[in-house]
Amino acid sequence: MTIVALVSIITAGITIAVGSIAPALGEGRAVSTALSSLAQQPDAATTITRTLFVGLAMIESIAIYCLVISMILIFANPFWNHVIAHSAGK
Amino acid sequence: MRLSPDQLVFWKYGFVTLNSTIVTTWGLMLVMAVGAKLVTRNIKVEGAISRWQGFLEIVVTTIQEQIKEVGLQHPQKYLPFIGTLFLFIAVSNVCAIIPGYDPPTGSLSTTSALALSVFVAVLLFGIEKQGFLGYLKSYLKPTFLMLPFNIISEFSRTFALAIRLFGNIMSGTMIVGILLTITPLIFPIFMNLLGLLTGMVQAYIFSILATVYIAAATRTSEE
Repeated sequence: MTIVALVSIITAGITIAVGSIAPALGEGRAVSTALSSLAQQPDAATTITRTLFVGLAMIESIAIYCLVISMILIFANPFWNHVIAHSAGK
Repeated sequence: MRLSPDQLVFWKYGFVTLNSTIVTTWGLMLVMAVGAKLVTRNIKVEGAISRWQGFLEIVVTTIQEQIKEVGLQHPQKYLPFIGTLFLFIAVSNVCAIIPGYDPPTGSLSTTSALALSVFVAVLLFGIEKQGFLGYLKSYLKPTFLMLPFNIISEFSRTFALAIRLFGNIMSGTMIVGILLTITPLIFPIFMNLLGLLTGMVQAYIFSILATVYIAAATRTSEE
């Protein structure tokens, strides 16, 4: 029972840690490229900004998936509920 | 701690449950519909217009311009659908400053419904523009080998739309809830502020992505 809780909590931490590193790197690259192209072509600002926002949302959603999974592991863990039901039935 | 407003049930009879999500959604719909009706009751073409008419005109023309910039040639046709998506998500996220309000977009059922309506709208607009067979043929582009990937992308992007909105709004309310137990004095206000910004950005992104998908489904025939 404690093993399930332990593994869930550690996995949630690892999930959000690893899952936020890669999107952070990707977003940093995207924003820096967008900034340099904004400096080169200020006329295309609206197009660049819109594309940047859409792209950032796409990248950001990966981090959000990891967040949702770690939230599920902490607050609505199916394995934990199974263990609780199992031990209550005994 | 509640993960979504679905779990706050006001009234239950058999399989019919009236939870916080449904009540808030209908409340928002009522407020928006009545507000729009009140504003458009006496719209004027000439002379001084009321402030609310000016506000609504700005909203409508901005959405129209955005749709046109993404590449849809006749924004008037898509304005009702995309404008409704944007206004509903934006209002439901911004209303989070009202105390005791659970944003209905923080529930997976609302966001799945919105994403499914985008999915159906893409199909309908694509079929209307290219014909049934013409639209089915667009799945075979560039080669027939891409057929499974095109179908997978159709479903995965619908899923991604729902999860993205849900995750952003849910995490916003969740972070404020957690911070209230740790540092209840000032810090949650800033996170709430960040949540408002995220809410607006997410409303923008949801409607822009819906526009991009519709544009992708209707454009292929012209090329």
